[in-house]
Amino acid sequence: MAEKRYVRAVNEALCEEMERDPAVCLLGVDVGAPGGPFGATRGLQERFGPQRVRDTPISEAAVVGLAIGAATLGLRPVVEIMFMDFLALVMDQLVNQAAKMRYMTGGQAKLPLVVRTQTGYRDSAGPQHAQSLEAWLTHVPGLKVVMPSGPCEAKGLLKAAIRDDNPVIVVENRTLYALAEEVPDDDYVLPLERAAIKREGRDVTIASIGVMVREALAAAEALAGRGISCEVIDLRSANPLDLQTVRTSLEKTNRLVIAHSATRCGGVGAELAAALGEEAFYMLDAPIMRVGAAFAPIPFSPPLERAIVPDRAAIIAAVERVLAP
Amino acid sequence: MPAEEIDGALARRLLATMQLIRAFEEAVRDHFAARHIPGFIHLSIGQEAVAAGLASALERDDYLYVTHRGHGHVIAKGADLKRVAAEIFGKAAGYCRGRGGSMHIAAFEVGILGANGVVGAGLPHAAGAAWALQLQGRRQVAVAVFGDGAVSTGLFHETANIASLWRLPLLLLCENNGYAEFTPLSVHAAVESVAERAAAYRLPAWRVDGQDPLAVRATVREALVRVRAGEGPALVECLTWRVRGHYEGDPQRYRSSAELEEATAHDPLRLFAERLRREGLLNEAEEAELAAQARQAVAEAIAYAQEATFPDPASALEDVLYQPSGAG
Repeated sequence: MAEKRYVRAVNEALCEEMERDPAVCLLGVDVGAPGGPFGATRGLQERFGPQRVRDTPISEAAVVGLAIGAATLGLRPVVEIMFMDFLALVMDQLVNQAAKMRYMTGGQAKLPLVVRTQTGYRDSAGPQHAQSLEAWLTHVPGLKVVMPSGPCEAKGLLKAAIRDDNPVIVVENRTLYALAEEVPDDDYVLPLERAAIKREGRDVTIASIGVMVREALAAAEALAGRGISCEVIDLRSANPLDLQTVRTSLEKTNRLVIAHSATRCGGVGAELAAALGEEAFYMLDAPIMRVGAAFAPIPFSPPLERAIVPDRAAIIAAVERVLAP
Repeated sequence: MPAEEIDGALARRLLATMQLIRAFEEAVRDHFAARHIPGFIHLSIGQEAVAAGLASALERDDYLYVTHRGHGHVIAKGADLKRVAAEIFGKAAGYCRGRGGSMHIAAFEVGILGANGVVGAGLPHAAGAAWALQLQGRRQVAVAVFGDGAVSTGLFHETANIASLWRLPLLLLCENNGYAEFTPLSVHAAVESVAERAAAYRLPAWRVDGQDPLAVRATVREALVRVRAGEGPALVECLTWRVRGHYEGDPQRYRSSAELEEATAHDPLRLFAERLRREGLLNEAEEAELAAQARQAVAEAIAYAQEATFPDPASALEDVLYQPSGAG
């Protein structure tokens, strides 16, 4: 166990999986000698050679298509899409191709394919480099989508994604890349479809994902000072959603706030709220509240961006509302 | 083709493959018209020489990604006709258990890794398969079959660039039938020669008469010498004629009757059979015998597909990764 930054945990996961299985290969823009724009693949081309760590042209759709063909013949490609916004360039390959292959071929195709990408707020990345678009993917049968909230999750979920025989999209968060935490050195693998309770509490459940787990923990800490006890759940997986963990928490708290970075409209929180409305309505003592970005592009100018994106204050306000008499 | 001596046995095999594809597609056409087949159907009638010539130049364990107009390639590569028919009829015994249908037949056992309903989308898959073969040090090649319409997609250009750059063991095989769905080449392409476009990516390219199975075979074999030697990809453009519409039921109002007559006049089966008879490699009795064999095999496959059972509705969720209620 040693303290590691999030981006180092990603690098370690890739390195360990490439050591363990010669079928694991990396593909992407700048992943080779440059080591990726954030250093996630630093040193890997040197170690595993330019055949297994391949720099590609800026041809995202073809690169995901290549990974599909390669996975069909037994490789386990990990593609890096530099910004989540660029998933728009690969949607046909993800949605009509990768997600359908196993089913459409009647089970002949097996597609062990990982797409790593990242998003993030509050760094003035602007309208085309800051979106959380996971709901596009969770709407499609045949894809798994996870969003690591810290260094441990970054390592454990990525290793599990690489070992999965199906397409998995791993959405990292660049504003957490520098965050350091104790991360197990050994072969640390987390299940892809299990939420984790990050903080126990009894008054309100905050179900959060990705970077919003951090905001939820900060909000819970602030609320604890006022005698409000929040249970913070890290959903980890945007699809499948671990309803069981949330439902079990609701048995205790009877109140739910959902927090994600994406716009609330049609987001993962909407699905979670609707599913719990169907399955856990009688456990609830208050309406479910969702915290997410305002329904607007993410602006460049810092004060404008702060006005759009969700933060711990928004979570605190939502908790106050579900506790209001 | 130069007037070199034709291998009679090979020529008769090619003719037999073309006849099998033709008989199969004519049967599919009729059963679709009779509403025995659901969905939509794209036929390759008039283009059989490309499939027969290409497949005869490949090894059994080479890989192919084909198009929505792909029955011919699947049959020529040696797929079980009964399971192809069953898939088209939506039956459980089909290659894809009825989940894919005509547009999505994959037959991994003969190297058909997929057909595609999205024009151009399969090109990078073939390049990815070629990348895997290169990395795994295997000797096979991957082939991407696509039409002239796909050449206008971004994926054609992205794939051609990467394949050339990485020297992938990939054959890009264009079936240029002059139409992107309903739109003629003159309306959809600034450069009518696909082979000419290949030059931009330093891909060696050949243009060949796609109505002549021997010419297709010889050209593909020549192109594959380089590909198999690890020197990188190649492109072969086969000029061919689509006789039927884009889909079955397409009245082809966008084609003149003179053009349709010309397409029919380029019938590769008739042209090839006539040539073999001229060369003394086929007599009428042999030709009739080959045609009868094809009809017999097709009749058996269609009967099998019609009698086969539909998939159990309870199996509709099999091969779906999970249901979204997750652990709950």
